[in-house]
Amino acid sequence: MFKLQKKETIDQSSLYTVPLIAIGCSLIFVFILFLLIGKNPVLAIFIIFVEPLLSIFGLSELIVKATPLIIIALGLSIGFRAGVWNIGAEGQFTIGALFGGATILAFYPTSGIWILPLSFFIAIIGGILWGMIPAFFKARFNTNEILVSLMLTYVAILFLSGMVYGPLKNPDGFNFPESRLFHDSGTLPIIFPGTRAHIGFLMALLLAGLMFYLLKRHKFGFHVKVSGESLRALVFSGKSTNYMVYLSFIISGAFAGLAGVIEVSGPVGQLVPAIPVGYGFTAIIVAFLGRLNPLGICFAGLLLALTYIGGEAAQIKLGLPNAITGVFQGVLLFSLLAAEAFTNYKVTLKKMRGNF
Amino acid sequence: MDLFIAIFQGIIIASTPLVLAAIGELVVEKSGVLNLGVEGMMIIGAVTSFIVTYETGSHFLGLIAAVISAGLVASLFGLLTQYLLSNQVATGLALTLFGLGLASLIGQTYSGISLDAFPVFDVYLLTEIPIIGSLLFNFDYLIYLSIIIVVSVYYFLNKTKLGLVLTAIGDSHDSAHSLGYSVKMVRLFAIIFGGSCAGLGGAYLSLVQTPMWVENMTAGRGWIALAIVVFAVWRPLWILVGAYIFGGITIIQLHVQALGVNIGAQYMSMMPYLVTIVVLVFISVNKNRLAVNAPNCLNKLFTSDL
Repeated sequence: MFKLQKKETIDQSSLYTVPLIAIGCSLIFVFILFLLIGKNPVLAIFIIFVEPLLSIFGLSELIVKATPLIIIALGLSIGFRAGVWNIGAEGQFTIGALFGGATILAFYPTSGIWILPLSFFIAIIGGILWGMIPAFFKARFNTNEILVSLMLTYVAILFLSGMVYGPLKNPDGFNFPESRLFHDSGTLPIIFPGTRAHIGFLMALLLAGLMFYLLKRHKFGFHVKVSGESLRALVFSGKSTNYMVYLSFIISGAFAGLAGVIEVSGPVGQLVPAIPVGYGFTAIIVAFLGRLNPLGICFAGLLLALTYIGGEAAQIKLGLPNAITGVFQGVLLFSLLAAEAFTNYKVTLKKMRGNF
Repeated sequence: MDLFIAIFQGIIIASTPLVLAAIGELVVEKSGVLNLGVEGMMIIGAVTSFIVTYETGSHFLGLIAAVISAGLVASLFGLLTQYLLSNQVATGLALTLFGLGLASLIGQTYSGISLDAFPVFDVYLLTEIPIIGSLLFNFDYLIYLSIIIVVSVYYFLNKTKLGLVLTAIGDSHDSAHSLGYSVKMVRLFAIIFGGSCAGLGGAYLSLVQTPMWVENMTAGRGWIALAIVVFAVWRPLWILVGAYIFGGITIIQLHVQALGVNIGAQYMSMMPYLVTIVVLVFISVNKNRLAVNAPNCLNKLFTSDL
């Protein structure tokens, strides 16, 4: 059998090799899966992972899908580094979308350059408030933040649905459960004319740069790192343990809320019950695949965006359910976690003992 | 009276998947492992049991398929967390995402088909007793099985040597290891047991509760099962109490909606989730009770060699 020993130092190269190994393993798995369900694996992999990159439309959609993933994952990475588990980013995203969207609708049809900034602000506040609920219970009573944040996701999705079926329903919409289409002052500018690619993507990149700077150069990054390694050490450095809990949820809530409003004022353009499509959960994979590193998260966000677009392509061209996206994402996270073992630990073979 | 009986039966039927999934997870957590993949294992159980029952016509084979398939995906979680020392939280999430995706993929062509009703456990004379007959003896046999599993787990954890070893491993894996117990082996078996129970819970959804396959039909029940384990403060018999309370809220909420109470359906549907949060908070306030019953090594890494 084999034995794992913790390595004293972790080589820097593993930052790149582990995600690449994980992607490779997942592709092999998908290859076998396609063989099993009787599809041509080479063709299927080409349609899912390559073809979307060959057209302007595909590339622009890639940016559209990557934007929320990158932004949410950036926020989550702080908590994950610090050992605080916010699993409810999907809920904070939904609340951000709802608060931001409701603000835009409240000023319909007023035009003004201030409407978007205001709605962004309200959405971020909404995301923070939603994230503060599990943080408060965690800090005050040590209630499990994983379960509370997750339950709040279901509540948020139902809340959005209740609002869209109720007060925010389009008065001229023949009773369909959707809001008005946002007017021009409530819609994000497009970067490439004729596509849905909007300036939210630039904001995501900007945030990644900002996060990179904070973690590298600022005392804040030090606190985050120390908290993840040992909560006791954080206390010695002069911060209470609850500091990191609150901070993690505030940051991840704010980022998820921002991603929510970007989603509704960008590609969606109105409030509908189906706004939450799982970005909040996929962003967890993005954060891990990007090694909790802001630049890594940008690449990982683009890759996972590709699985969404590829899933849609597989649905149209191969007649597969777009659940193939979920399968690939799950396998990717599995492979990544398994591959991590080989970077954090030294694997040594040992002889089987007779009494095993 | 008829309404009361209908509500009572509705509650029992709504609660049984939760009982099954939660009692499995309780054993896993008692051994010191946090498996957040309950939702994924349930849905795998739901889809495989549906397909096998549909193709073979045998409910029994469907149940076996659920137990085996969910046990298999659980063992994947076990191998990763126990032998490759991966992060339990992240691996559990991966299991949920993977399970939901895989279930939709393999269940694609079975969507919308319905099955024959699951056979009811019908002991002629008992069922005939007025009221009590309908309240106690008019269910499918899985409900009785779920109660038997809970009681067996209680007996196993408190009265058998292996059960005490499992609890000891969950409380201090290093001490148990020093005494020569195989921490990883015991945990792996606990994880597989937990998976099989979750699979059975999923099968209950697609074979009994609504005998058809619907994508994402678990709808968060796996997560509620996790909350029930905390609610029960890791005591097996309390799983029944917790699950029936949660099932009760779901059913009563539906009946209130049917009575035409003027609250949006969405707000009523929030109830089970909101109650879960409130309950979790109340449970966590009482630190002493938690300290006595909660496994100390829950979600901690055990790095010693095989």
